[in-house]
Amino acid sequence: MRHLLGIEHMTRDEIERVLETSEAMLEISQREIKRVPTLRGRTVINVFLESSTRTRVSFEIAAKRLSADAINVTRAGSSLSKAETLADMARNLAAMSADVLVVRDSVAGVPHMLAERVRVPVVNAGDGCHEHPTQALLDAFTLRQSLGSLEGRVVAIVGDISHSRVARSDIYCFTKLGAEVRVAAPPTMMPAGIEALGVKPCFSMQEALPGADVVVMLRIQQERLAGALFPSVREYAGTFGLNARTLALAKPDAIVLHPGPINRGVEIASDIADAEPSRILDQVTNGVAVRMAVLYLLTGGGA
Amino acid sequence: MSNPGQPVQPARAVDRESERELAQGRVVLDAAGIQRATTRIAHEILEREADVSDLVIVAIVRGGEPVAKLVSAQLEQLSKQTIPLGALDITLYRDDVVARGVRPMPRPTRMPFSVDGKRVVLVDDVMFTGRTIRAAMDAVLDFGRPASIQVATLVDRGHRELPIKVDFVGKNIPTARAERVVLRKRADGELEVVIV
Amino acid sequence: MSRLRIANARLLDPASGRDESGFVDVVDGLITSVGREDAAVPDEVLEANGLWLAPGLVDLHTHLREPGQEYKEDIETGTKAAAAGGYTLVCCMANTDPVNDSPAVTEYIQRRAREFGNVRVRVIAAATQGLRGEIMSEMASLANAGAVAFSDDGSVIMDAAVMRRVLEYARGIGRPVIAHCEDLNLRGSGVVHEGSHATCCGLPSSPGEAETVMVARDLELARLTGAHLHVAHVSAARSVELIREAKAAGVRVTAEVTPHHLLLTDEEIRCYDTNKKMAPPLRSARDREALRAGLADGTLDCIATDHAPHAHYEKDVEFTAAPFGVVGLETALAVGLELVREELISPLALVDRMSTRPARAFSMSGGTLEPGAPADLVLIDPERAFKVEVAALESRSKNSAFLGRELRGRALRTWVGGRLAFALDEEWMR
Repeated sequence: MRHLLGIEHMTRDEIERVLETSEAMLEISQREIKRVPTLRGRTVINVFLESSTRTRVSFEIAAKRLSADAINVTRAGSSLSKAETLADMARNLAAMSADVLVVRDSVAGVPHMLAERVRVPVVNAGDGCHEHPTQALLDAFTLRQSLGSLEGRVVAIVGDISHSRVARSDIYCFTKLGAEVRVAAPPTMMPAGIEALGVKPCFSMQEALPGADVVVMLRIQQERLAGALFPSVREYAGTFGLNARTLALAKPDAIVLHPGPINRGVEIASDIADAEPSRILDQVTNGVAVRMAVLYLLTGGGA
Repeated sequence: MSNPGQPVQPARAVDRESERELAQGRVVLDAAGIQRATTRIAHEILEREADVSDLVIVAIVRGGEPVAKLVSAQLEQLSKQTIPLGALDITLYRDDVVARGVRPMPRPTRMPFSVDGKRVVLVDDVMFTGRTIRAAMDAVLDFGRPASIQVATLVDRGHRELPIKVDFVGKNIPTARAERVVLRKRADGELEVVIV
Repeated sequence: MSRLRIANARLLDPASGRDESGFVDVVDGLITSVGREDAAVPDEVLEANGLWLAPGLVDLHTHLREPGQEYKEDIETGTKAAAAGGYTLVCCMANTDPVNDSPAVTEYIQRRAREFGNVRVRVIAAATQGLRGEIMSEMASLANAGAVAFSDDGSVIMDAAVMRRVLEYARGIGRPVIAHCEDLNLRGSGVVHEGSHATCCGLPSSPGEAETVMVARDLELARLTGAHLHVAHVSAARSVELIREAKAAGVRVTAEVTPHHLLLTDEEIRCYDTNKKMAPPLRSARDREALRAGLADGTLDCIATDHAPHAHYEKDVEFTAAPFGVVGLETALAVGLELVREELISPLALVDRMSTRPARAFSMSGGTLEPGAPADLVLIDPERAFKVEVAALESRSKNSAFLGRELRGRALRTWVGGRLAFALDEEWMR
């Protein structure tokens, strides 16, 4: 595995390998000295051209726990704001002998573009509406903690599917691990041809949740509502929001995931976010472990 | 996945040796010999310091685990006390450049106790170049500040590359560098050490 | 008065229906005779050996980028590319810098073309001033200066009332209006065709309806005004249906389709290659089938390249940031020949769609092997293979959708008014 650009082209074996490696990494995060010398002397550059604090911090912590040096490049302070092209910036970063580039951009395909042009491993930290592979991997890791295996499980993903990279990566990851995935959204937020990914599109919670072992709630961006995909927050929360009543549609011991940050009262009721079925904080903890595993596996020299 | 089997890496106790190797290999320590060796190691540990109140045994994952189990069982029988037993995976502390670029799989470490002020005895199956123990010392020191670290090994096969000494050894076995020394479990469940 | 004879060629002349072996004689830049026997003795004979001889190709949709964007292409390099592709006449669009909405710019282009152009250049002037879609351009003056048609291509006339008046007025001037049919609101931020490929790639997309609703609108307005509407780069199946119905109902409409839409589908965008990004986007296999059927039955009158050069560094950016468009003059013929090989259309019909009909659509000379006509000719080897590579392209910009591909079939010689404008494998001369 030379780069981590997406789950779409990963084999089940490669996914299992990351998840297995993450176990050991999680244990390190639970020690008092949360550090191992494995990536000592290596440089991880976080190229975050779309603003993000949480994912960037997660990758930074992951790098530092492996004793790597972590450098952050954002759009505002970068040469891109001086009209340098992305391709040129990438070449410059590679020329500085970075060992890994972790890339996030608001445009799909940017990590692929960089991977074609630089000689170092590239990790996709989220590209536009395309994929967010480490999120899917940490979601799978979190589910396995509670469920053991995903084989035969039913997962319902609810939210603005058409604009969600988390949805796409989750779909690929969970189906490769043997789960049945349903997506639920109002028609305005359901992308064309989503069946091609092997999922069943649903247009209500009543259709999607019965029998679900897992409910994944996606963040609704308020800006999109203004973009006339949906009339109001109140109506969205009333029809696609996860609260005690809608959660009861799923299996009694169903667990709840959310990639964060959560909009309390919009896609997820405040009490549900803090209740027992929610694994939202575990996701954050596991996120560091999974990202450590990814950095470890990709810096092996390529295979 | 994992161990390409370079000389610098510790030989390990495996249930899944290749068919070819199972057919080969001369046994240098059989089950009875292993039992005697681990018993003697336990005695020597107690001789060095009879007070076991701050003694902890740390097995090097994975080869040292069956050895540590035997040693710690003996120690508990002899001293009539429970002695904390941990398992330390040193994959992430290794100093060797990865051979063909495939990262070895790190296993979980279980150290459910503090090492501060303790007498730590690291236990491995085969002592060879000393690099494994060096990595294990780095790891233990990340967990805290032990009072002392000592090393026990079932087999010492020589060819040290670092100034690491063994405190308690089960058996010294001279070997050629190219040979492999493996602790393995037979089909009938018995342990044995072979040279391949 | 030197007589050139191109002998033993397969003559393809849609105007007369001729598809047979024979020769063509050229004297003083004109075709003097065509056929099998002629007593006149030629001074020079080019042995065609069964290769095809057709009237030079005519492109109704090219962006020559001059004035103002010469770093992408200019009249000289663009017409060199045209000749290499077998074209003897290209119509250049108005979205230059400054926009061609004045006789001054039209005259400038024509003057530059007379001096540096390798093939005939006809000017398409802007339909509205500055391409802003608000006030119509000075169409009478522009027509007098030489404009053969009007178009806001590069932009869209979103206001139906403006489009109606533009069509009406152009009818009075006697020129067609070329419509780039795209509802910008429906398109939104879409850069690729809405479908499973866009969904998998996570790229913003727009449906074929973004084109079709405007085709429908413009057809109604053409019916209302009696003007000649020419629909540019048709890409959606439903658009073809609407045009077919309109023609049957007597609306004065012609339509064009690009080579890349005839060959490629939206599957191409999976690798985020910006050389597959154009407007309208590559659409589904179903759309492609409808376009091919439309070309075959004549609903789509001609193949037009929409040759749109962009500098390498402009295209070497994030997919959504890259400009739309690909070059096409040098590969169009090979694509057309692919359709012939697949038995979608006959060789004669291909020449009809790439030469005769385009010339006729805008009332221009060309597209015929008739004695007395200007000797605008192309000698085609339908089997000649070539690899589309940066080094091999004449165009200043190399943003081809077919880069790296092996194509089959190309022009070996192109004559404009009897002058050899392009010759493969040897130094060509003016």
